[in-house]
Amino acid sequence: MIQAIAFYLFAVLMIASGALTILARNPVHSVLWLILAFFNAAGLMIIVGAEFIAMLLVIVYVGAVAVLFLFVVMMLNIDFAELRAGFVRNFPLGIAVALVLIAELVLGIGAYRAGALQLGIPDGAAAALPGRGNIDSIGAVLYGKYLFLFETAGLILLVAMVGAIVLTHRERRAYRGQQDIARQNARKPSEATVNTRPEVGGGVQL
Amino acid sequence: MTAFFENQLHMNSDWAWFVATICGILLIALPLMLAVAMIIYADRKIWAAMALRRGPNVVGPFGLLQSFADGLKVFLQETIIPSAANKGLFLIAPIVTFTVALMAWAVIPFNSGAVLADINVGLLYILAISSLGVYGVVISGWASNSKYPFFSAMRAAAQMISYEVSIGFILICVVLWAGSFNLNAIIEAQRGHGLGIVNGFWFNVLLFPMWVVFLISSMAETARTPFDLTEAESELVAGYQTEYSSMSFALFWLGEYANVLLMCALNAILFFGGWLPPLDWAPLYWIPGWIWFFAKILFFFFIFSWVKATVPRYRYDQLMRLGWKIFLPFSLLWVVLISGYLMATGHFS
Repeated sequence: MIQAIAFYLFAVLMIASGALTILARNPVHSVLWLILAFFNAAGLMIIVGAEFIAMLLVIVYVGAVAVLFLFVVMMLNIDFAELRAGFVRNFPLGIAVALVLIAELVLGIGAYRAGALQLGIPDGAAAALPGRGNIDSIGAVLYGKYLFLFETAGLILLVAMVGAIVLTHRERRAYRGQQDIARQNARKPSEATVNTRPEVGGGVQL
Repeated sequence: MTAFFENQLHMNSDWAWFVATICGILLIALPLMLAVAMIIYADRKIWAAMALRRGPNVVGPFGLLQSFADGLKVFLQETIIPSAANKGLFLIAPIVTFTVALMAWAVIPFNSGAVLADINVGLLYILAISSLGVYGVVISGWASNSKYPFFSAMRAAAQMISYEVSIGFILICVVLWAGSFNLNAIIEAQRGHGLGIVNGFWFNVLLFPMWVVFLISSMAETARTPFDLTEAESELVAGYQTEYSSMSFALFWLGEYANVLLMCALNAILFFGGWLPPLDWAPLYWIPGWIWFFAKILFFFFIFSWVKATVPRYRYDQLMRLGWKIFLPFSLLWVVLISGYLMATGHFS
């Protein structure tokens, strides 16, 4: 009973906020609706007993990715008049994408009606290990069976990150003073200041 | 508590669970609000003592009722909404900050078994909820439609994300040693951890540096001095709170201090044995666990106030350098070191 109520609550809120993400006029509102959608997705994950995935969804998508979205959207002052002017120009492309999507949908429904693909009978290989939590089970699979694929995924992400840094990196030494923090920290008062007793009218030698 | 409602008051189990949970939430939230009011008073008294002033001493005995007088004052003030503000988001932002600050307390164990939600991903839940705290700040900064709050929002977004990364690695070190994400299990793992007598991970040579990094990161995460660049009054008036007045301002205020208390509690739970007494010695167990827990929270809060009263504010580039160039590589290296040590000594077998 309570699962059903929770499921419909999360599902309805998720679909509604997903729709509002697209429909909202203000891009900042769109991002905030998207965050609400992520949240409800996390709620659905908890209902199916995948609490680890739910927490990761909130930490990674809501806590980091969406913050960066929000950051960028707030910084860019998006002009709606300009966007709407582009609507007519991009209309044929939009129609083409919509047709492809409709074709895929029809094909998908047709294939479903023709009978499901034989993917094998569920043998419990994908089920969580009995008596162990989510984290244990995922860890055992990820770092045991799929270790190399996991490491490869990590390497690909690293390469992508290095690529992004290389593309945006500029040498800025030419016009910005470099600060050597270690040297600053190592300075002592005795090196930085001197006590002198200048003659009256004599001044100090610098 | 569910058993009490089920057996004593003869409710059915669903209904008993529901009532017990509501009671649990109230039992945590209301004392927390009271604690926040008293901790603001303590904070002001500690700064005053360090600056050789008297601090609040007029309202009530020793000025104890000062926070309540302040609360009444803001409650009676008019809520001003700037005409250029995005009204809905402007009002939602303080509510988000306040709610998020309360939500994380659901998994904090106050004593053996005295926890509202004893879930096996407790630490991840706290990480998830604390990563939401930035939204209140960012939304309020943007919705105010004003320069200083916007600067503050940008700073807050960058600062909180930066320090969350190193906090994540520190938590991994603790979790590796404790072998669980459940906060009660983490506390139990600290029983007699140091030489069989000291309760707490801080006594561990490998984990002690991580505690130092965690303490500093938790100050940055809650935007306390020396990392309070989001509300640096010499540059940004009051940062994201500039346009707020009355109760909407008070909600930021309460949320901020509830977050500080949460970070103090986390310091106590992760490194100082939570509700365990400091030493694994039978007479110390006669004192109830929650008293030890609150004593530890207050100790860490004193450190927070002490730092606030004595340390000057960081510059923004220094803050980013500390987060990304020092804490992140250091804690990453420490994860490798600790997991290597634990594998070598057969901790997991």
